[in-house]
Amino acid sequence: MTQPTLIEAHGLGVRAGRRWLIHNIDMAVTAGEIVTIIGPNGAGKTTMARALIGLVKPSAGSVTRRPDLTIGYVPQRLAIDPTLPLTVMRLMTLVKPATRQAIIDSLDHTQMAHVIDQPLQTLSGGEMQRVLLARALLHKPDLLILDEPVQGVDFAGQAELYRLIAATRDEIGCGVVMISHDLHVVMGATDRVICLNGHVCCSGAPQEVTKHPEYQRLFGQQAIDAYAIYQHQGHEIPHRSPSEQK
Amino acid sequence: MDDFILRALLAGFGVAVIAGPMGCFVVWRRMAYFGDTVAHAALLGVALAILLDVNILAGVLAVGLTIAVALFVLQDRLSLATDTLLGILSHASLALGLLAIAMMTGIRVDLLGYLFGDILTVGWSDLLVIWGGACVLLGLLAIMWRPLLALTVSPDLAAAEGVPARRVRLAYVLALAVLIALAMKLIGILLITALLIIPAAAARPFARNPEAMALVAALIGAVSVSGGIGASLAFDTPSGPSIVVTAVVLFALGLMVSAGARLVKS
Repeated sequence: MTQPTLIEAHGLGVRAGRRWLIHNIDMAVTAGEIVTIIGPNGAGKTTMARALIGLVKPSAGSVTRRPDLTIGYVPQRLAIDPTLPLTVMRLMTLVKPATRQAIIDSLDHTQMAHVIDQPLQTLSGGEMQRVLLARALLHKPDLLILDEPVQGVDFAGQAELYRLIAATRDEIGCGVVMISHDLHVVMGATDRVICLNGHVCCSGAPQEVTKHPEYQRLFGQQAIDAYAIYQHQGHEIPHRSPSEQK
Repeated sequence: MDDFILRALLAGFGVAVIAGPMGCFVVWRRMAYFGDTVAHAALLGVALAILLDVNILAGVLAVGLTIAVALFVLQDRLSLATDTLLGILSHASLALGLLAIAMMTGIRVDLLGYLFGDILTVGWSDLLVIWGGACVLLGLLAIMWRPLLALTVSPDLAAAEGVPARRVRLAYVLALAVLIALAMKLIGILLITALLIIPAAAARPFARNPEAMALVAALIGAVSVSGGIGASLAFDTPSGPSIVVTAVVLFALGLMVSAGARLVKS
């Protein structure tokens, strides 16, 4: 059965002044699919996420969202002014209300339920990412857009989060767009990879992309190493149960 | 109590009630300079109103709202550092306003009154305008509280989740311009931002959520106004600076109390 398309970009381009941040991009995400966008610094990954969400207007081409599409978004980072007193609980209900139990359940997914009443300013970078992910999942969105979701999370925690993202996809059947520059862990947790450097260099299943000359040129030795690790792991990311972590 | 003292207190409370919560957003959103710019432009509005022989408040409102909208549009379009842009506009409008008033021959203008305010000269009709305006602003702020807070935490996150970011931001900026016009007579163009920022900053150590901070800020603002009016009467000092100094003293006291509480805890 083919899944319905959630979001689609056609000839998408975004310009800042006279410079094209991204140009001529075609992509689509269907329900239940995890698409990872990788690329070097300045490749336009965040611009692309912002254009998909509708935070920046396309300078060329178009983005089509399924009507009534709900998006859960995890921004790259959240800088909250120290003068703003805000607990995790309040952050979770910032736009839409939710019951305390629903919030605890959602935070439990990312092992963050214990911080529910803590001020945001006391969270570490990794903890903040987990809270933001839990927040994005709270209302069971049709599409998750994650901009470097594992930033500041230690290596084992990263694998755990990617596994959680995949599990969430299985559970609620949402589509996922992830932005990443860490190739090592993400490969096993994604259905499709789009390699971005202003334009789409190459795309396809992870194993195809890693063999692509454009990809290897962009990422050099790192790419070949990542491929080796990926093969070594037998297409799986390291599994750790939550109980082991504590 | 003399009538004029009662009027001064009532007017001060009217402004403090709305300046507290609005000021919290000024602090959270780091818009102190923005407030200064709109306030300084008010002097241009005064000059314009005198020249055109229209109501002063109307002139101040017109110029304040125009500047607020212009800044809103410019900040969206230009990549110029906001600080610099505001610095230029703020001082340019202040200097222009001063020049315009200085060049008016044959008209006596109470310049100090506009710059530093005189809460003790507030009349019953002023009071009506202040409380009417404060009620409208409070209503507006209550409606946009949640989306504005979301926007303050993260514009991207809020917009991604369907908050009409531009509209809410514009509404807040316009409300700020109206508040500044309302408060000008009380505390003066040069001191208005103090009444926005200091009570909010003083409230921070005592608040665990945004609403509490807004409430405490309003209270501290009201206490500052009362204290300032009292000091002004007792020591025959100018009222505007007296109010601001009272607020600063409260801010310092708050810092000491919260530092002391932390010491006791540890």
